[in-house]
Amino acid sequence: MAKSNKPIIWGLFAAGGTITAFVTPVLVLLTLFAAMRFAPTMFTYDSIHAFAAHWLGKLIIFGIITLSLWHAAHRFRVALFDVGVRADLVVATILYIIAALGTISTFFSLLSIH
Amino acid sequence: MSSKPYIREIPKTSWFFRQPRYMRYMGREVSSFFIGAFTLLLVVGLKRLAQGPEAFQSFLDALRGPLGVLFCLITLAAALYHSTSWFNVTPQAMPIQRGEELVPGKMIVGAHYAIWAVVSLIVLILGI
Amino acid sequence: MSEERQIELEVLRYNPETDLEPRYQTYSVPCVNEWVVLDALNYVKENLDPTLSYRWSCHMAVCGSCGYMINGEPKLGCKAFIHEYGDHIRVEPLANFPIERDLVTVVEDFITKFSSVKPYLIPKEEKSISAGEYKQTPAQLMKYKQYTLCINCMLCYAACPQYGLVPEFLGPAAISMAHRYNQDSRDGGRNERQEVIASHEGVWECSFVGACSEVCPKHVDPAGALQQVKVASTIDWYKEHLMPWGKK
Repeated sequence: MAKSNKPIIWGLFAAGGTITAFVTPVLVLLTLFAAMRFAPTMFTYDSIHAFAAHWLGKLIIFGIITLSLWHAAHRFRVALFDVGVRADLVVATILYIIAALGTISTFFSLLSIH
Repeated sequence: MSSKPYIREIPKTSWFFRQPRYMRYMGREVSSFFIGAFTLLLVVGLKRLAQGPEAFQSFLDALRGPLGVLFCLITLAAALYHSTSWFNVTPQAMPIQRGEELVPGKMIVGAHYAIWAVVSLIVLILGI
Repeated sequence: MSEERQIELEVLRYNPETDLEPRYQTYSVPCVNEWVVLDALNYVKENLDPTLSYRWSCHMAVCGSCGYMINGEPKLGCKAFIHEYGDHIRVEPLANFPIERDLVTVVEDFITKFSSVKPYLIPKEEKSISAGEYKQTPAQLMKYKQYTLCINCMLCYAACPQYGLVPEFLGPAAISMAHRYNQDSRDGGRNERQEVIASHEGVWECSFVGACSEVCPKHVDPAGALQQVKVASTIDWYKEHLMPWGKK
């Protein structure tokens, strides 16, 4: 039995799970407000854009989104295995590619915000 | 040594219906689907932000309506379930020993909830 | 005066010499209220059906022999009190193990896996008797004491869905016992054990369902131990791959 390389994915999973636990509920709440047209003064393009233009804002946004993506991808992979989808390698590849694409998209979006 | 051991098969797709604790576990695992979908939504939103005010506004407009609200409500429940289940097991995964005593689990969990409340409040105030 | 209650005990029977499949057999047992399910089984064997086979020994939750599924939940027969149940109790062999006969399971897989993690002290260096005893502070003892309480009852293996779905999985008790020795200040065998528990069939098969800790009769908390092993293994991995010059 050789030592597995799972730690790579698990480290991302654990970090992402922690970030998601602290931050995602309030982000979903804000999104819910937006969906319900709760406060018309919210979500001004300028304020969010300004946050994303700052290097610290970029770091925070990148960290939150990418870690959450990798956490969700891994957990959903395990969930599919648990419900009987046994093609684990195929599932893992698909889900991790989605997470990777999300990571790349986030990177380039942030790069282009000045 | 067994003469003829009998092996009980486990249904690969429905085993978790057998006990409430397995159902709670699957609920936690399935929450990842909605959290993942929501995060992908954020990826799209970020892209629209980068594309300019009109693109971002159309992104916000697309969120509105019953489908958007429903998705947010389900995702909110999923996110809350993830957060509570994550915080509650932290003392098991990372016990802290001070001298001869273990820091009480309730303190570790309580500290997480406190930080969660503070972070949520900050983001909420900044967002609104 | 102790109260008596008539309990319908529905037991899974299997005779490998005559049966193709297991079947249920119900016994009507007059139970004293203070009894445990093991007492009811003993009543059946002594008075109603001497062919009933089951493991038991100490009757006080220290030997780990009398694990069964009682109303679908992994429990020790000597710790399942009659007063906690209604008038109908179903007793089956521990889940996720092949059935040898009646309530007796085949435990070879557990024994093999448990032994494979080297569950004994591997000293850091050779030490003669004349060098004296090992000294350990209470704080050092605290780091591993909880994990010494395991009585090898296998309830955690019966509860663990991953062990049921992936039979190669090392399982909660084996990995917790490896953790017990890794945490012991007298021990130097962590690297050897990592080869076994940090493999795919080792700790990485665990998805932290947590059922093992919920059913453990000695409050060992194997789920916690396994998560701690994951954290330590992850830190190890990064050290090995990012700083390969480090001392192993």
